[in-house]
Amino acid sequence: MTTEIGSETEVKKESEQLEANTAQEGTEEATESQIQPDLDNPVSEKVQSSPSSQAPVSQSSPTSHKKEKEPSEGKGISRFIPPWLKKQKSYTVAGPKDEAKKREQTSTGEECATEVGEHPLPEAAAESKGNLEEATQNQQEVKADDQEEKHSVSSAETQPAKEDSKDIEVEKVSEEKEEKEEKGEEGEKRETKEVQTTDLKMEKVSQKTPKKIKTLPCKVMLLDGTEYSYDLEKRAKGQVLFDKVCEQLNLLEKDYFGLVLQENSEQKSWLDPAKEIKRQIRNLPWLFTFNVKFYPPDPSQLTEDITRYFLCLQLRQDIASGHLPCSFVTHSLLGSYTLQAELGDYDPEEHNNDYISEFQFAPNQTKEMEEKVVELHKTHRGLTPAQADSQFLENAKRLSMYGVDLHHAKDSEGVDIMLGVCANGLLIYKDRLRINRFAWPKILKISYKRSNFYIKVRPTEQEQFESTIGFKLPNHRAAKRLWKVCVEHHTFYRLVSPEQPLKATFLTLGSKFRYSGRTQAQTRQASSLIDRPAPYFERTSSKRISRSLDGAPVGITKSDQSLLKDFAVTVGPAGDKIYDSEIGGHGKLKDGDGRDEDGSLTKTPQLELTQDGKSSHETLNVVEEKKQAEVGIEETIVTEEINRGKIQADADAGQTRKMGRLSKKDSSSLSSDSSSSESEDEDVGEYQPHHRVTEDTIKEEQEENEDVKGKEENAAKGVQCVETVQGSQVEVTVEHSQVSAEVLVPEKAVPTKISGEKNLMKEAQQNLREEKDEEQLKINGDVSHVDIDVAPQIICCSEPPVVKTEMVTISDATKRTEISTKEVPIVQTETKTITYESPQFDGSAGGDAGVLLSAQTITSESVSTTTTTHITKTVKGGVSETRIEKRIVITGDADIDHDQALAQAIKEAKEQHPDMSVTRVVVHKETELAEEDE
Amino acid sequence: MAGLSSSGSSAGGLGRCSHAVVRALPESLCRQALRREKDSEVDFARAEREHQLYVGVLKSKLGLQVLELPPDESLPDCVFVEDVTVVCEETALITRPGAPSRRKEVEAMKRALESLNLNIVEMTDENATLDGGDVLFTGREFFVGLSKRTNQRGAEILADTFKDYAVSTVPVYDSLHLKSFCSMAGPNLIAIGSSEAAQKALKTMQQMSDHRYDKLTVPDDAAANCIYLNIPSKGHVLLHRAPEEYPESAKVFEKLKDHMLIPIASTELAKVDGALTCCSVFINKTSEL
Repeated sequence: MTTEIGSETEVKKESEQLEANTAQEGTEEATESQIQPDLDNPVSEKVQSSPSSQAPVSQSSPTSHKKEKEPSEGKGISRFIPPWLKKQKSYTVAGPKDEAKKREQTSTGEECATEVGEHPLPEAAAESKGNLEEATQNQQEVKADDQEEKHSVSSAETQPAKEDSKDIEVEKVSEEKEEKEEKGEEGEKRETKEVQTTDLKMEKVSQKTPKKIKTLPCKVMLLDGTEYSYDLEKRAKGQVLFDKVCEQLNLLEKDYFGLVLQENSEQKSWLDPAKEIKRQIRNLPWLFTFNVKFYPPDPSQLTEDITRYFLCLQLRQDIASGHLPCSFVTHSLLGSYTLQAELGDYDPEEHNNDYISEFQFAPNQTKEMEEKVVELHKTHRGLTPAQADSQFLENAKRLSMYGVDLHHAKDSEGVDIMLGVCANGLLIYKDRLRINRFAWPKILKISYKRSNFYIKVRPTEQEQFESTIGFKLPNHRAAKRLWKVCVEHHTFYRLVSPEQPLKATFLTLGSKFRYSGRTQAQTRQASSLIDRPAPYFERTSSKRISRSLDGAPVGITKSDQSLLKDFAVTVGPAGDKIYDSEIGGHGKLKDGDGRDEDGSLTKTPQLELTQDGKSSHETLNVVEEKKQAEVGIEETIVTEEINRGKIQADADAGQTRKMGRLSKKDSSSLSSDSSSSESEDEDVGEYQPHHRVTEDTIKEEQEENEDVKGKEENAAKGVQCVETVQGSQVEVTVEHSQVSAEVLVPEKAVPTKISGEKNLMKEAQQNLREEKDEEQLKINGDVSHVDIDVAPQIICCSEPPVVKTEMVTISDATKRTEISTKEVPIVQTETKTITYESPQFDGSAGGDAGVLLSAQTITSESVSTTTTTHITKTVKGGVSETRIEKRIVITGDADIDHDQALAQAIKEAKEQHPDMSVTRVVVHKETELAEEDE
Repeated sequence: MAGLSSSGSSAGGLGRCSHAVVRALPESLCRQALRREKDSEVDFARAEREHQLYVGVLKSKLGLQVLELPPDESLPDCVFVEDVTVVCEETALITRPGAPSRRKEVEAMKRALESLNLNIVEMTDENATLDGGDVLFTGREFFVGLSKRTNQRGAEILADTFKDYAVSTVPVYDSLHLKSFCSMAGPNLIAIGSSEAAQKALKTMQQMSDHRYDKLTVPDDAAANCIYLNIPSKGHVLLHRAPEEYPESAKVFEKLKDHMLIPIASTELAKVDGALTCCSVFINKTSEL
């Protein structure tokens, strides 16, 4: 059994890789970065950290720009394999339990089939499955082989780096096997796997549906004011687009840059490269701005002039827009360097009085300033454009607000202040004045809860105790945005390598977001290896630049807004459905979005509830070792004529189906949703900057956790085993770098409880749902490219079911690495029970003198999931009500993605019944946290 | 190459100056000048001699072009020109002194600075007060003491005026001004008094700053107010209180080997809270003049 498990993990990895490769359309960089940002890192760092194997990979990654997989294939695959699917797929490998499988297969059977044709490596998958089933020790080897094969297939064209990775993989495989063996609790794992399997199927279904690769046009405003258009796959991650843009710009030192969502002009929201774009932009237009994200404190240390050039462009914008305040003299000086860089030496004949007015040097540019600029321009004779840029940067970098990301907030007394995040820490401003400053080393913890943002500060000489300082942000999203920016800045500027996502280590509520890109140290090291002749690049002509400077920032925002408006209008009518379905997955509606959309939704309480549910998910995610999650979902459906007809009719059969569906299609969207939710919807998030002293941090964490739940130490023996496994994994860190291979696992059709006949019904319904899903997609931002492929799905049913297996292990692996490097071994076990209850407003349930039409209870069980559904139909005052109570219990240990499972469950339920409300979410966790130090 | 490039580069421009503005003391100073402690009587003649010595150092010893403004008997504190303006690079902020009796001192200063072709910014907000004595410019950033003479609004206007620089506020409790117990003694070097208040203020400044400053701790707060100049032909120049006044502190200064040390006594003006920096405004005109 142990062997099986091991193989599974590998499979996961492979699948991951596959995904990454495909998703990123052959850009290996992108893949790697997505999967594991660390990989990109320079060798030395990796060496420092335990995983030595990563180093080669990482090196290769930057170099390999060119690898181009056939776009069509890549897109298709990626399409089909959403990132979140990976885990689930891996699970597929495990022996499915009957019940669970039944459901899944019912759903999957239909949908899964589609994929077969599309999968590049069907045979491999088949092989892998067979092996898995056999569950022999030999499997390990086989799998390894499979992986390699897969690698070759999928990524053969690509880089040498991958080859390296293969070796690494092998190592990992063995390690992983060990881990799993140690675990010994295979049953649990299997359960988990099953759940995921279902998810996988769902995903497949969804993916399969569109046979064509759906692409969405997206636009990126570049720093020179030009617009870059690119057709992206719907499910593409942020990294794909970012890499495309950087490729277009011929930019290698790209870690300083990022893409900004055109959300509102007030505050920048960064596109998370590790997540699907679709999930991040929601219903905004696919319009982004390429910007500097981390301002290099010393631009002279940048390797390439082209990087400095883009930094200059950004700063010119910052200055002209007033975001980077300068004195008159500095405006003039910087302007004069701009002239020198763009126009060359001052030429009295060519440069008449007007030549300068095309440029904007300052928010309010005066004639006097222009004269000063010209005067200074004359003094720069002989400076090359690159030199002029350097001079520009040397002066700009000293501006006090250089690289400071400002956020509006209020202090504890309600006074308006600004929080500025910069390379060195957190700055507190009141009006223009700096009233406090917290250097990163002084900050023990950064967290947010709802719209509050907290920093825990190291005790000073005078004070004995560490203090926590709270700030009030305008809203929850602003708080989260600030928190994320802090996490990213701290990681980028202070750490040698990024911290791994929270998952396994801490038991926390809330976001597990971590900066996944390269740190400044890493990017410096990487760029020191850049070996190419200085690339030629065309500077913006003076005119273009002037336009861009003048109009671009403003113009862009305007256009964006107009776009938004349009969008809102279009979306509006269809919106209800969509939102409903989405609500289940995430609390999107809550914050800013909520305002717009809430109007249509009468169920505010629902929204909140959903959110609660979410947070619970997140918690689950965080805790990996041993978890039990109970999700009780009560759906109250007031049926209305049209929809009900179907729902009611199907209700009986439909229930079962729902489960299946959950795992299938919804899961895909759900899982991604959950990820998006991470970025934007969590109520809370914590981040503890790691200074060398990690123990303290952990302790603190524990303390906090204690507040929430009773904590038990060393509660679960099995858990401990798991942890041990993790320890071994630590060394494996290389995982991400490895190129994963796809494993296609043929699924045996296991008859669901529901008879096969129902499948037909289901199919029909599914089609409907598919449409619904399609709509959702649209809403998320793609208006033009909505392909509703109902037919293919149906076809799928008839086709032999194939399940893709994918694993996403990145986060875990990374984490472990870190742990090994930094932390002292600590074993902690925690048990946590969280209950969210919503005010119950489901009057339907009550004894409202309704007439009971029918009552039904359906129970389905899998190892990991038990679903009990009560369906009650009543007629009250001429209105028929169907009340469906669904109780979903998800049980499992580390390998279960509770978030997803929960999100799926909720979402599926939501989708089935838009009016559903979640009344109770109970999360019961038993967690063991173990960290091993070398 | 003006502006930041020359003056701001890693505080290398600190203390660079070509001009100084001073003002002679009026006789009314003895009786009417504002003071925190009225213990001792000011010997006007001696005060005048000390001041002339002071101006003489700037003029002849350091070769600065010194603009001497005439005294105004209606403005007993007018000798303390530092409080009425903050000059940084080419820009001069004309302040709104915290003491109402001193508000008119700005007029003469404004005219003088205009004659030097500086960009003049006036603090017109009636809610704002700022004494130059509360402004410590380190070459990299400003620290503004929030004292009885200087309020938040005044500091804000200063920040608006000198946008290139961070402006941090430092609470000042026991002293008249921030610079009553500290000053710059060199690039990146802060002279600081030993009193508790002074040390606390220094801690605040250190916390608020992204830069790391060296500190020169002297036993006497008043001695921590010194004048650092960077004169092309002389190098680092430090005007500090004479050993007769503060022998222990003088010994500390004498350890600065790279500095040209010029002890200056200021016993009389000290009685009316005058420190060394109070009596002059330094300007660095690079281009014309």
